[in-house]
Amino acid sequence: MRRLFPLTLLAALVACRGGDGPSGSDTADAGTRYGLGRPADAQFVARLDTDIDPSGAALPAGRGTAAEGAVLYAAQCAMCHGAEGLGMPPAFPRLLGRDPKAEDFTFASDHKLPKTIGNYWPYATTLFDYIRRAMPLTAPGSLTDDQVYALTAYLLAADGVIPKETTLDAAALAAVKMPYTDRFIWSAEAGSQDRD
Amino acid sequence: MSRRRPTEGGPALSRRALLTGTAGALGGAVLAGLPGVLDGQEAAPARPIVPEDATKLQGAATSPLGERSPFVTASRAPYGETVGSSLTPLQDLTGVVTPSDLHFERHHAGIPALDPERHTLTIHGLVERPLTFSVDDLKRFPQTVRTYFIECSGNGRAAYREPKPEMTAQKVSGMLSTSEWTGVPLATLFREVGAKPEAKWFLAEGGDACLMTRSVPMAKAWDDAMVVWAQNGEPLRPAQGYPIRLLLPGWEGNINVKWLRRLELGAAPWMTRWETAKYTDPRPDHTADMFTFAQQAKSIITSPSHPGRIASPGWHAVHGLAWTGRGRITKVEVSVDGGGRWHEAELLGEVRPKAPVRFQHMWEWRGDAATLLSRATDETGEVQPTRTALIATRGIGTDYHFNQIVGWQVARDGAVTFHGET
Repeated sequence: MRRLFPLTLLAALVACRGGDGPSGSDTADAGTRYGLGRPADAQFVARLDTDIDPSGAALPAGRGTAAEGAVLYAAQCAMCHGAEGLGMPPAFPRLLGRDPKAEDFTFASDHKLPKTIGNYWPYATTLFDYIRRAMPLTAPGSLTDDQVYALTAYLLAADGVIPKETTLDAAALAAVKMPYTDRFIWSAEAGSQDRD
Repeated sequence: MSRRRPTEGGPALSRRALLTGTAGALGGAVLAGLPGVLDGQEAAPARPIVPEDATKLQGAATSPLGERSPFVTASRAPYGETVGSSLTPLQDLTGVVTPSDLHFERHHAGIPALDPERHTLTIHGLVERPLTFSVDDLKRFPQTVRTYFIECSGNGRAAYREPKPEMTAQKVSGMLSTSEWTGVPLATLFREVGAKPEAKWFLAEGGDACLMTRSVPMAKAWDDAMVVWAQNGEPLRPAQGYPIRLLLPGWEGNINVKWLRRLELGAAPWMTRWETAKYTDPRPDHTADMFTFAQQAKSIITSPSHPGRIASPGWHAVHGLAWTGRGRITKVEVSVDGGGRWHEAELLGEVRPKAPVRFQHMWEWRGDAATLLSRATDETGEVQPTRTALIATRGIGTDYHFNQIVGWQVARDGAVTFHGET
């Protein structure tokens, strides 16, 4: 009897699997597609999908200069991040300034060395992505693409990453090389993909 | 770390009326909500007023929501931060699960108010079928229930950088909380949309004011990742991501994206602010590690701990929590002499992967000065390092993943203070 039981169970399962009828399937397995959700609306996805990866392929049209950015920064950013970009940590992070003692990426030896855009951030595209999605704090997502290019240009120029007269657009921003990109090492947990 | 008395400002009732029982007609309901202090002074914490003999009058009536005893003052601290955190009072808790209202909070643009009927999750990118799910859609998938901790990878930073005697377990390790989570395996959702083989990473995006984004290797989705909607038997608390959040068991808190609204599958990481400018670990060789996801083997004694005091010599249960994001804790050792001798502690209850276990060591205190330490080992063989060893390998300036041994000094008068210089 004990030997028969699993066979009985199996037969019952097979019966259920074969039981698709007007009232639907009685069982599911790991391969089942449940047919839940609705096709994602392309316009809805496009509105949400603002992320910019280091290739810059998704950067929008538009352009801005560091000089334009300086005006915007004073009006919309300086109240939290300070006129010189020194911030009010921890809530309002420091953005700018390159302490000479940090210029060889010596952060592990001194936690008081401020990490800034110029001496730490490995990708310029990150700056555009984050300003556009999250800034300013009082009106997140309110900046135009031109304004985001201008602010990105201002911050990169202020920290000596690009010349002050640079006009940033999609191609120019994608080409910006940050000073310390090659100091960032992927952990084993990130898998064995090549670094881009 | 001041504590707010939850009942302050409640209805006044004369102490005399209470003690003589003339308030009995009001019933116990009033007593349950009685203010702890009536004079508003912050000095010595006054005892809540209760009847001399609770068997001589009827108790409180039923109520729609339970409340803690007025004698229980556990609370998160600090609070009132829009961009900041509040920490779990580990020293006030027992067992493993964190009461939902004491789960630590860490957010970067406040807690958004989201309508569960309007909130959706969209999965797109390298998929066969881009789909948008309502919260109710998600609840129709086969569910999984699991107990996991979430720990901010900055947990322990203050005690690592500058240990101070007055630090509490809450201050040292309070960005650790544990819940029983209910949700759907992310693998189920990725099969539903038909994840393409060339997808190696996915981007998770939250619906808060900073649109939190993190890149996650696809392997985690096929392993144990979940999209969860419930915590300890009820819907998520807003601070934990209501109505839905990503749960990546054992991985640093920030990547468990709350208020989850979008998952995009792609070939490479996006290099968001939160995986470049933040949550990267400077190393002494002038580099920084990125994508350091798993939390490492760690433990803390929560009793005794500061500001507690050992009232009298004799036997005491030294207990605390041990956890690892890399599987199961295999051993916890306790030392009462600052690391000279180590004793294997008892592990209470089931040891589950990526969930804390409470450990216990019985100790007979004879009234001498003592230094209590705990040291966890996990199934990868990792043993918690001393602070000195961690500084040697990682540097004092490293920013995340602090798992140094910590403990408590016990003075001859029973006073307990933090001991972080291990």
